[in-house]
Amino acid sequence: MTTPAEIDELVNKRLDELLPQKLEALLQARAEAKTPSMAIIATKGTLDWAYPPFILASTAAALGWDVTIFYTFYGLNLVKKDVSDLKVSPLGNPGMPMKMPFGPDWFKSINWNIPNIVQAGIPGFETLATSLMQQTIKNNGVATIAELRELAQEAGVKFVVCQMTVELFGFSHDDFIDGMDYVGAASFLPVAQQADVTLFI
Amino acid sequence: MNFDKELDARGLNCPLPILRAKKALNEMTSGQVLHIVSTDPGSVKDFAAFSKQTGNELLSSAENNKEFEFYIKRK
Repeated sequence: MTTPAEIDELVNKRLDELLPQKLEALLQARAEAKTPSMAIIATKGTLDWAYPPFILASTAAALGWDVTIFYTFYGLNLVKKDVSDLKVSPLGNPGMPMKMPFGPDWFKSINWNIPNIVQAGIPGFETLATSLMQQTIKNNGVATIAELRELAQEAGVKFVVCQMTVELFGFSHDDFIDGMDYVGAASFLPVAQQADVTLFI
Repeated sequence: MNFDKELDARGLNCPLPILRAKKALNEMTSGQVLHIVSTDPGSVKDFAAFSKQTGNELLSSAENNKEFEFYIKRK
């Protein structure tokens, strides 16, 4: 005769053997069935910082992920109808190389260390730096921001915009491209909570 | 190798080869093969990762003369 205590012991032993395997199989099946998702907060409005959100969003969409970008503060510049006026400034940015996108190789390899005080004193320096960067982007076969944004939208990336900053900066919805939702933080946070990847850019 | 569609991604940089490939695959039917040529050295690892994540099989990946050649079968 097997006593209840012995039965319990046998059952427990068997469960200990089986459960880890079952659990692993279930978790794996769940992971495989789930569509990965990403939520990005885009807060920068310069030509250089326009790239990370659009590159990551369009690539994630190509990988089959669900992607949402929340545009707030200077990030609003990324969803204006015309993004050809995005600028980049080397002023106060010691990490940005200043190299010429034309001329012989020895000339192109020079890093022009122009002091901040000189950069600040030359009218139109930012415009010059921006056009040099646009040329460098073109020379390297890197997509334009308008192109990446269009590809992201085509691939189903959701664009949501912070209504508070739209008003704060005196924009109207007409300034922006179509197909976006205007929301607040309370709408974005639940999306971010469910996302596998959340980035603040 | 036989293929059904060709994508010339020469001169394009990250992430354009992947985005164009995805677009091309979307226009194909299951089992068809896409032939891609790129010059972006990053695309070798990127296409392997793309294939692993999307389930479109990477049939071959090769380099010759600083060009990279991929054959991807649509899922």
